[in-house]
Amino acid sequence: MAKDVKDRAFTTVSGVPIEQLYTPEHIRELDYEKDLGDPGKPPYTRGIYPTMYRGRLWTMRQFSGFGSAADTNERFHYLLNQGQTGLSVAFHLPTLMGYDSDHPMSEGEVGKCGVAIDSLADMETLFKGLPLDKISTSMTTNAPATILWSMYLVVAEKQGVDWKKLRGTIQNDILKEYIAENTYIFPPKPSMKLIVDTFEFGTVQVPQWNTISISGYHIREAGSTALQELAFTLYDGIEYIEWALRKGLNIDDFAPRLSFFFNAHNDLFEEVAKYRAARKIWYKVMTERFHCRNPKSAVMRFHTQTAGCSLTAQQPYNNIVRVAVQALAAVLGGTQSLHTNSLDETLALPTEHAARIALRTQQIIAHETGIANTADPLAGSYFVERLTLDMEKGCWEYFERLDAMGGMVAAIEQGFPQREIQDAAYEYQKAIERKEKIIVGVNDFVMENEPPIDVLLIDESVAGEQIGRLRKVRETRDNGHVRSTLNALREAAAASSLNMMPLILDCVRAYATLGEICDELRSVYGVYEEPTV
Amino acid sequence: MSDKIRVIVAKPGLDGHDRGAKVIARAFRDAGFEVIYTGLRQTPEQVVHAALQEDADVVGLSVLSGAHMTLCPRIMELMKKEGLDDVLVVIGGIIPDQDIPKLKACGVAEIFQPGASTEDIVAYVRQHVRKK
Repeated sequence: MAKDVKDRAFTTVSGVPIEQLYTPEHIRELDYEKDLGDPGKPPYTRGIYPTMYRGRLWTMRQFSGFGSAADTNERFHYLLNQGQTGLSVAFHLPTLMGYDSDHPMSEGEVGKCGVAIDSLADMETLFKGLPLDKISTSMTTNAPATILWSMYLVVAEKQGVDWKKLRGTIQNDILKEYIAENTYIFPPKPSMKLIVDTFEFGTVQVPQWNTISISGYHIREAGSTALQELAFTLYDGIEYIEWALRKGLNIDDFAPRLSFFFNAHNDLFEEVAKYRAARKIWYKVMTERFHCRNPKSAVMRFHTQTAGCSLTAQQPYNNIVRVAVQALAAVLGGTQSLHTNSLDETLALPTEHAARIALRTQQIIAHETGIANTADPLAGSYFVERLTLDMEKGCWEYFERLDAMGGMVAAIEQGFPQREIQDAAYEYQKAIERKEKIIVGVNDFVMENEPPIDVLLIDESVAGEQIGRLRKVRETRDNGHVRSTLNALREAAAASSLNMMPLILDCVRAYATLGEICDELRSVYGVYEEPTV
Repeated sequence: MSDKIRVIVAKPGLDGHDRGAKVIARAFRDAGFEVIYTGLRQTPEQVVHAALQEDADVVGLSVLSGAHMTLCPRIMELMKKEGLDDVLVVIGGIIPDQDIPKLKACGVAEIFQPGASTEDIVAYVRQHVRKK
């Protein structure tokens, strides 16, 4: 049985103490114009558009990818037919780590965590029958983001679609990889250079593309608190801007294409406060720290995904309810796009059935609940406003510490954000084991002998077929031309000041594989070794 | 040789999600074990080499990527080849029910799925370790 209610500490999911009652006394310092503003007006606490979801609903963008490019293409068509409004690609681990499917490190991983993409040929299959001028596509790729973006751009080229019409996002956020998710290849300096190259290239060539999605999602999944997620993510944003400015970019050229990505965990009000505070802090950072002039530079647009780490393998149907509450928080917080997790994601990649329920959850929130009728409906709540102010205050405190350390790359090298997150993750686990936090079906309300549910299994034959296709690409392309594009890439990487995007595009057009391109870059840039934390 | 239980915590494969590995490493340390964390992206050879070098009593593998049926049987095979039959091998991560009998058949002692408590894992290791 759960502990008696009166014996429990009343805290948020992140461990922040909550009072029994909030009254006007708690928000005495709140000034409507200064702290909130109408939706669509600075400091954007209440949302970035005056009409919010009346003008346009958030984009329903389900992260998806498994098996071969053909398998995932089929799932994309299915999701679009079911009313999904944007695509989001999950790549398998070898692609994310810059290895081809036939590399020894890829063994056992092909098509497992996402779709296997080795060359332009796979990318062409992935987007077969999908007009790239009509859909927006998000690609979760970081270390090799330049290469996968190049593949997408060349697919558009082949479809006859002008790059200026392309809409979408590359995650391209290496700092949170060093901090939390560990899918890095190169050391910080060349990694940051490649990211600044995408800012510079995108501004001119692909102006509607979000060249980065500065992500707190993975920081939270690694076990951070809501505040740490917010503070480290926004500070990562500051770090990218600093590097771009040092390269000589003009803030108002690239800042409007910076986008963000947050987690939606179980604690509804804490999450809403986080999103509201995020917009306000970013507005202040952009106007007060970076003195931007273009109003669009100071507007934070973000994607949200419900918290994978909150789902349970036990009684998995309960996850539908968790996801619904988390999605509600994202919408109440004014997200621009949303991925809702499937009920089976603690067990495997989602089945079509589970993915459909996840999408339907968003559609129910959008069309049945009335939540989208008015902007920022929780504004003015003594409780939510207090949480929002506290979230902001905590964030500035972290910024001061990170500034004192010399910025985020320096802080990462000292292991600071990593340690903060590990401590929080351990505390959370201990709190669950002490039953200070109840997880239904895990440490309370447990069921014996649960019936198993059907899960998606990736057949081992996927790997063999993928390697067959890869070998065919290597046999049928002009290998002399491939070699010359790779040589040019390596020389440019060594020269260091050139923008790498045009050179990577040339390699991709020649059907150089992702692994070959990464090998050239590894030979010049080296690889990152994580510090002991 | 100290009486402390020596544990290798390893992450084989390409997956970088190390929250679980780091939480369990810390729980083992708090339980008084000697813990060696190998770091990320270890090949089966590297894991077994570490077990041999460190004279480990226990090897804890964390796999979330779905590559466990390739990586774990190979690790078990190499362990046998190196004469590490008395080392207790446990796995934590996203392991579907249907793979559990196969993993146990190749010598894995126990599999801890999502939601397992660190207390239960520590207790299991204490009870089953064959201290040299």
